[in-house]
Amino acid sequence: MEFSRRDLLMGSLSFATLAEIAEAQEHAHTAASSNGKPVFAYLDAETAKEIEALTSCIIPSDDTPGAKEAGVVYFIDRALATFDEPRRGVYRDGLADLQARRKSMFPLSTSIASLAPARQTELLRTIERTDFFQLVRTHTLYGFLGDPSYGGNRNGVGWKVVGFDHKMQHQPPFGFYDAEIKRGTK
Amino acid sequence: MQAKYTPSETVDFIVIGSGAAGGAVAKELSVAGYRVVVLEQGPYLKEKDFKHDEILHSTRSPLMNDPRLQPSTFRKNDTEQFTVGRSAGYGRQVGGGTVHFTANYWRFHEIDFHEREMWGPIAGTGFDNWPISYAELEPYYTKAEWDVGVSGLAGANPFDSFRSKPFPLPPLPVKSSGVLFERGAKKLGLHPYPSPMAILSQPYRGRGACTHCGFCMRYGCEIGAKSSTLASLIRVAERTGKCEIRADSYVRRIQTDDNGRVTGAVYFDKDRREVFQKAKAVVLCANGAESPRLLLMSKSNRFPNGLANSSGLVGKYLMYDSGTTVHGMFEHPLNEYKSVEVTRVVQDHYNADPKRGFYGGGGMDSRFGFNPISFATRGLPPELPTWGAEYKKSLVEYYTHTMSSMSHTTTLPLPTNRIELDPELKDDWGLPAMRITYQNHPDDIATLAFVRERQMEVLEAAGAKKVWGRPVREIRGSVHLMGTARMGNDPQKSVVDKFHRAHDVRNLFVVDGSSFVTSGRQQPTLTIQALAYRAADFMVRSAKAGEI
Repeated sequence: MEFSRRDLLMGSLSFATLAEIAEAQEHAHTAASSNGKPVFAYLDAETAKEIEALTSCIIPSDDTPGAKEAGVVYFIDRALATFDEPRRGVYRDGLADLQARRKSMFPLSTSIASLAPARQTELLRTIERTDFFQLVRTHTLYGFLGDPSYGGNRNGVGWKVVGFDHKMQHQPPFGFYDAEIKRGTK
Repeated sequence: MQAKYTPSETVDFIVIGSGAAGGAVAKELSVAGYRVVVLEQGPYLKEKDFKHDEILHSTRSPLMNDPRLQPSTFRKNDTEQFTVGRSAGYGRQVGGGTVHFTANYWRFHEIDFHEREMWGPIAGTGFDNWPISYAELEPYYTKAEWDVGVSGLAGANPFDSFRSKPFPLPPLPVKSSGVLFERGAKKLGLHPYPSPMAILSQPYRGRGACTHCGFCMRYGCEIGAKSSTLASLIRVAERTGKCEIRADSYVRRIQTDDNGRVTGAVYFDKDRREVFQKAKAVVLCANGAESPRLLLMSKSNRFPNGLANSSGLVGKYLMYDSGTTVHGMFEHPLNEYKSVEVTRVVQDHYNADPKRGFYGGGGMDSRFGFNPISFATRGLPPELPTWGAEYKKSLVEYYTHTMSSMSHTTTLPLPTNRIELDPELKDDWGLPAMRITYQNHPDDIATLAFVRERQMEVLEAAGAKKVWGRPVREIRGSVHLMGTARMGNDPQKSVVDKFHRAHDVRNLFVVDGSSFVTSGRQQPTLTIQALAYRAADFMVRSAKAGEI
């Protein structure tokens, strides 16, 4: 197994303890069961809306579900409430900077969420290389494709989008090319 | 029925570590009737504790040493500044690294044991012959394969050295990556063969067959089909009623008396209380990084440079594993997320060839190596968008259509590459942290570049629509840790003898990756295990003869 420094530092979440992970899942569970209506543990509704807009730029909703349908913002909320709490500042400062950019680029706008998608993308292009954007991207991918117990990837929609069938048991043939061999057509 | 001993009771053997080597030694000694205490620093997890949770596994590898509790320092050479992190990764639970490993079970070849004789010396390195031959180790390779359960096809690899028995189980079903890799390799005149895997293709000795869930590498197997020592050997050891697996026991010192004999081991228990377990002999199987660290921590008036270190070689000649990964995207779906990692291997470039202009060789395999999140974060070709509609489209297009190939290549033993005790940094128990100094030999890098080209050629010949991979670079961390208590006949040039007995201490054995003289072509686990079976055989014979 190759084991590199990059894997260690890989645009990853903070090092969390098992207890923190369990706590994150507990939070997600509690949230999901509050009258069936998800609630936020850390984010306020307005901030959540802005962050959701960012996640939608990263994985848009088009002919298949995107970050919004997967509930990625709920994953981010749980992460910032639990194991990624030390990174709240990255969000706070990053969002403040982004709002300032928005006001200067689009003076008549009132929020990121209310911008047209093309303008949202234009805005995000200006911060692509920042730690804040990289963290939002990492969180979005974790929340889109991680275990649903963390609050994102609702009903496994992220997995369905990419074609990952999460099961304890698969039967060969697994793919096109081994099926071909099995059929004897190749 | 598990045995339970008190610390003041002098047991026959303490085995430190319960991984590939420790699990095998514990099983052999207890089956032979000896009273054994296994001191494992990690917890005793069971199948029910393992989860398919990629967030958990990428946030904090829960089955490995935790760099926050046990940090190490790393530098390339003596002039470089240290960084703190985890440059030596190992499994930290009962079963050790065999719990989360990928389960590639390659044998070394005859050449690996006497390569210096064939190639000649390499200046500035400790490149040397082993004190044993492949023929001496072969019965123990076979024993390991049959004891733990390995799936494979004997005779399928024309470059393999001889074997006395076929594999106990047929190969696992080939995946699309294996079919394509085989197709490409054959077009180039190479010799692909079904990968030997320590994963059950059929039920074996009371354990069920693999269900192809696809979570092997970095994950524990929830159904016990992966042939970890946890799933295979440790239960046998416990059933003898002679072997106690004492988990959460972190050894800080191997104790010696005035006569220079080992008397037992001092460890921290779960509540971090110090306990001294007495034993007639100690077998150190803590891995190629922790074993030398523990020897260095066990210094005394009689052993001022560390235990078993009169040669000064404890910790020296550290060898990391080495390999490059390339990826290919194909027209039709492969669905590589299903089933075991590896199904085909090519070893045509195993032997070193003077015509290449450098020393080294290796093998290459077909695999995937990603789970959904890791693929989304770093699996796509680097020039593709990393977010937005085009990114999403690429992710969907590539995820099920991509395979990888990983190479496994030689690394030379350099005296400057070493494990030491850090003079300042301590771990969470207050013990000196590990200090690692490691830099590849130029021939390691040349070998990587050479094999990487071969991997690219195979994927192209297989009909990949696109082939890509990171450029070759120096290795800064490893989970295969070798060479740091090397075996040999000369006590001045080695730490243990050909039966893994410390030259300096008659009742101390060191058996794990640290025993290696050279790196082979990586995938060292089966060789570690074969050495452990052979060493245990010797321990039993010696104990019976009263010679320990």
